[in-house]
Amino acid sequence: MKHLLLGDEAIAQGAIDAGLSGVYAYPGTPSTEITEYIQLSEKRRALSAGLEVKGKIFCQWATNEKTAMEGALGMSYMGKRALVCMKHVGMNVCADAFMNAAITGVNGGLVVVAADDPSMHSSQNEQDSRFYAKFAMIPCLEPSNQQEAYDMMHYAFDLSESLRTPILFRVTTRMAHSRAVVETIDTPREQNALSVPENTNHFILLPAFARKNYAELVEAQADFVQTSEESQYNTYTKGTQPTKAIVTTGIAYNYLMECLENGAESAYSLAFREASILKVTQYPLPKALIDQMVADGAEEILVMEEGQPVVEELLRGMVPSTVSVKGRLTGDLPRMGELTPDCVAQALVGDQMPVHGCQIPEIVVGRPPALCQGCGHRDMYAALNEVAAEHEGAKIFGDIGCYTLGALSPFHAIHACVEMGASITMAKGAADAGQFPSFAVIGDSTFTHSGMTGLLDCVNSKANVVVLISDNLTTGMTGGQDSAGTGRLEAICLGLGVEPEHVRVVVPLPKHMEEIKQVLREEVAYNGTSVVIARRECIQTLKRHLKQNKK
Amino acid sequence: MKRDIILAGVGGQGILSIATVIGDAALNEGLYLKQAEVHGMSQRGGDVQSNLRLSSAPIYSDLIPKGGADIIISLEPMEALRYLPYLKEDGWIVTSSKPFVNIPNYPDIEEVIKHVEAIPHHVLLDVETLAKEAGAPLQAANMVLLGAAIPMLGIDHDKIVEGVKRIFARKGEAIVAANLAAIEAGYNHSH
Repeated sequence: MKHLLLGDEAIAQGAIDAGLSGVYAYPGTPSTEITEYIQLSEKRRALSAGLEVKGKIFCQWATNEKTAMEGALGMSYMGKRALVCMKHVGMNVCADAFMNAAITGVNGGLVVVAADDPSMHSSQNEQDSRFYAKFAMIPCLEPSNQQEAYDMMHYAFDLSESLRTPILFRVTTRMAHSRAVVETIDTPREQNALSVPENTNHFILLPAFARKNYAELVEAQADFVQTSEESQYNTYTKGTQPTKAIVTTGIAYNYLMECLENGAESAYSLAFREASILKVTQYPLPKALIDQMVADGAEEILVMEEGQPVVEELLRGMVPSTVSVKGRLTGDLPRMGELTPDCVAQALVGDQMPVHGCQIPEIVVGRPPALCQGCGHRDMYAALNEVAAEHEGAKIFGDIGCYTLGALSPFHAIHACVEMGASITMAKGAADAGQFPSFAVIGDSTFTHSGMTGLLDCVNSKANVVVLISDNLTTGMTGGQDSAGTGRLEAICLGLGVEPEHVRVVVPLPKHMEEIKQVLREEVAYNGTSVVIARRECIQTLKRHLKQNKK
Repeated sequence: MKRDIILAGVGGQGILSIATVIGDAALNEGLYLKQAEVHGMSQRGGDVQSNLRLSSAPIYSDLIPKGGADIIISLEPMEALRYLPYLKEDGWIVTSSKPFVNIPNYPDIEEVIKHVEAIPHHVLLDVETLAKEAGAPLQAANMVLLGAAIPMLGIDHDKIVEGVKRIFARKGEAIVAANLAAIEAGYNHSH
């Protein structure tokens, strides 16, 4: 069957058709649609079967990427196929579980999807997840198009089970969020049965066992390389001018082919037109194919890869020093940002490109994203800014979510924003340093993701901070997914030990402005840890719920 | 057949619905298609665009190279200008004339319109007024714009109409009829 699917949806359908038993994920652009697709498809399946909306694939959102990774690992140990999905920075959150999953190995297939965001369309950095695969010494797959994303998901689960290792499945924004026609199989593979090895010592990382496991992982590296060399997804084509060679990874292949095809019609000739081409979509790098490329006479190798110059650096250690390796490090391609057909064409031509198209007229100004009109975060910031202004040098530590936009006009409210949950602990550190007043602003979903432990730190040292949980009852930035702590935030704060009289709840609406400011003033005056929960539903999810109720 | 289209607008205006209808019609024509979308933070009232590529031959890149777009279809006039470096020399701009002002420094709208009119092939239309005149709700204004772009799409008018019917079918007959009226209003304007 043919479907028009986003890259993320192709991944999801590929996993379903490969006999998936559970998907574990925390929302994060550009990975969110994978889990959403599986949730929707389970709902439809359940409805059409006349069952309760409880599917046979586990697909509930996890509290964060670490709990997601651990849940999937447990499912894999029981012999079933599990998928973990996250954005690139989520890899940092689950790194402990991820690195050690490589040491224990797996039972049922375990595939970890990391969706990288070069150019930082919706992220705070552009770290390249392929480093994690190399760090953990496990294979990595990087499909070049939506069809491959679908096909390679099945391949990934098979590979994971045959090599007994987790597989990192790396995509980037343009693959995740671009649609194309994908041909799917008619009959999905059955799920694995529950089946646990008799001896589970492999899964116990006591030093004595871990040393043995690690030695096995080191030994398996040669197999991993050989698997890459024999993979149908890595292809080498000798050019008619093999002194020049091009190595592409993932979707960079598409930009190359775009240029080679269009170049045929254009006036300028491409220096690399007759070059050899090595298309890499599976790691570790296929050493034999690289050796062949060199044996065929490659003197100059241009590396095109989305993200950081991972392959470019590795290649330098794999080819003779007489072979020049070019790419992002040499300035032939931009050092940062995602690839485009234009920068790839520039690298192929080598000198000045003919200029296409007009310039953008000077009158065109930027249109940055902003908090929605009527959003509760707006009223929260309006009150907070006024109270903060009553104290010279007040500092507000922000966090990751829609409310990060409070850094921009008209609020200019926050002084730092780094990673999930950091607002609370940074505010604590600032207070420890003598800063007063010290505020943290964090969303409800980010609070349960990584803020709770920081709040416990505050309570334990009686840190003089005011933590504002801006609770819109959803994970808003990524489109309104369930939030793990909805309905339980007060109980969580009390359970962590915040004094009951310093857990306050307000409704962020203009008509409550005076009350909110009064509550904030009282909590600033209290020398200890306060939590003020500003609770009002996200207006985007509110609209959606009103529409659904009308039906 | 090959058409590279940039859809532009402001987050929330509905450019992806236009892409969905064209995509559906293209698939039914047996064309290859690639469509890169913007999700996440920029959807919050910022500038958004989608690269939509149609071809009778396989398509590699998800992105359109500079100077490669046949058409810029925009729900906002300044946003249409933002993608001019991508427009072919003989390419078309089909844009709503009504500014969406959610920034304090929005330029003089007359200057914006002048720049659009400086492009040899352009269609400027007030999609909201045309929608209203056609008896369609404001939400169908994006279909007026699509209607106006039909002559440049390389897909027949009737095929687009079929696409609208399929895409909006589950929302009921009234919604289908409103969107079809909007398509016709736009089509008659530019045809």
